[in-house]
Amino acid sequence: MSTTLPDDRRYSREHEWVRVEGSAAVIGITSFAAEELGDIVYVELPEPGASLAQFASFGVVESVKAVSDLFAPVSGEVAEVNGDLRASPELLNSDPFGAGWIAKVTLADPAEMEKLLDAAAYAELTAG
Amino acid sequence: MTEAPALLRRTPLHAAHLALNARMVPYAGYEMPVQYTSIIEEHRAVRSAVGLFDLSHMGELHLSGPEALAFARYAVVSDPGLLEPGQAQYSMLCAPDGGIIDDVIVYRVEDGYLIVCNAANHDAVLAQLESLVAHGDFDVSLADRSDETALIAPQGPRAAELLSRLTDVDLSALGNYRSIPGRVAGTECLVARTGYTGEDGFELFCAARRAQRLWDALRSTGADLGLQPGGLGSRDTLRLEAGMPLYGNELDRSVNPYEANLGRVVKLEKGEFVGRGALAAVQQTGPQRKLVGLVMRDEAIGRHGYPVLIDGAQAGVVTSGTLSPTLGERIAMAYLPAAAAAVGESVEVVVRDRPHPAEQVKLPFYRRPKPDAA
Repeated sequence: MSTTLPDDRRYSREHEWVRVEGSAAVIGITSFAAEELGDIVYVELPEPGASLAQFASFGVVESVKAVSDLFAPVSGEVAEVNGDLRASPELLNSDPFGAGWIAKVTLADPAEMEKLLDAAAYAELTAG
Repeated sequence: MTEAPALLRRTPLHAAHLALNARMVPYAGYEMPVQYTSIIEEHRAVRSAVGLFDLSHMGELHLSGPEALAFARYAVVSDPGLLEPGQAQYSMLCAPDGGIIDDVIVYRVEDGYLIVCNAANHDAVLAQLESLVAHGDFDVSLADRSDETALIAPQGPRAAELLSRLTDVDLSALGNYRSIPGRVAGTECLVARTGYTGEDGFELFCAARRAQRLWDALRSTGADLGLQPGGLGSRDTLRLEAGMPLYGNELDRSVNPYEANLGRVVKLEKGEFVGRGALAAVQQTGPQRKLVGLVMRDEAIGRHGYPVLIDGAQAGVVTSGTLSPTLGERIAMAYLPAAAAAVGESVEVVVRDRPHPAEQVKLPFYRRPKPDAA
């Protein structure tokens, strides 16, 4: 099952994405991650105001079978979380790049984006 | 991505799983499908229609000879002497200290007794039986038929309808925990009405080289009934809802049957058997700890190994837990001190360093609806 990767954002090796909107950055998990996890049944979201550090754990997703950490693709302060995920964690499976976004953060250091992969490099990472 | 370690064994249906794009994982030394499409979808297919499982990794050990029954009665904790021809029983092999070596099903078959064991414990069960043969005084032959035997399990409310299209075996005369030899889709099988899902269903033992044909016939014939292949993931959630123990989670060498609520299986009165002394002592005093059912009272999910608190202090540990696809509740099983095991009592489960409320409930979590009176 192949999904076209949006090229308006960058990707981490831990399978999170980040899309910059001005000084804010929206973050989420990739379709590859969602597929690997299987049916997602619970998302432990960060609190608004929490500080995220790039590549550090900031939350948890649980599938039927297992628990996995969420790793922040960028550093910053959480401005907003996607409350819809509380009632509908399956959005992470059905629309990981859209309605399944996880949090909006105020970007601490835009230069961190350089440490992330573009869509083509991420596609290569997850191929085969 | 991690690559599957070398030397993983494959069942005769390995190619069929790959053709279905199954996600394969290492399990008990085999490369097995954990899911084909979605654990929840596969789970629901078994509860509402029919699911199809490859269980060819499981072990099949056959006992024959004049003293096969006497040997079986000595080796397992149940009493195979109670089995009528064609009947089967859930049982366990225990060590002399009462610890569970494996949980098994013992089938009385035409030419002896068939012990079906967990793949992960195949070597331990075989070693235990071989040692009892070597050191005992039984006129019995033990044959390991695991490699030559495939096991395919159609499970669910429409499993009987599916099978009836492919066999002349009178399924209405085949009760629960009964088996009979017969042809299914032209393949010689032992047709058993057993399973591990909490639904009606069958386990079909056949020659490994016939497995692909039988699997294909079941799949194509079951398509209009809503048949879906199911992997280890849904097998686990199905058995957990049905309150059935999984070796490695609820059962292991440190657990005795009374602790796991399986005391009814142990037949102390049948005479000497391996583990009898230790088990009789536990039966006298009562078990120290007991397996209980838990339902979480918030959104957290208790998982294997998570601590269980009573009055703020660790009292036990979760053995299995998941979000129940059928009930929509977060269910778990856990060991608690026997004195604290009581339906309705509150406990806390520590999930990622924070205690979350849970309530002890009666097992099983799910019981299949009674068939319509006909």
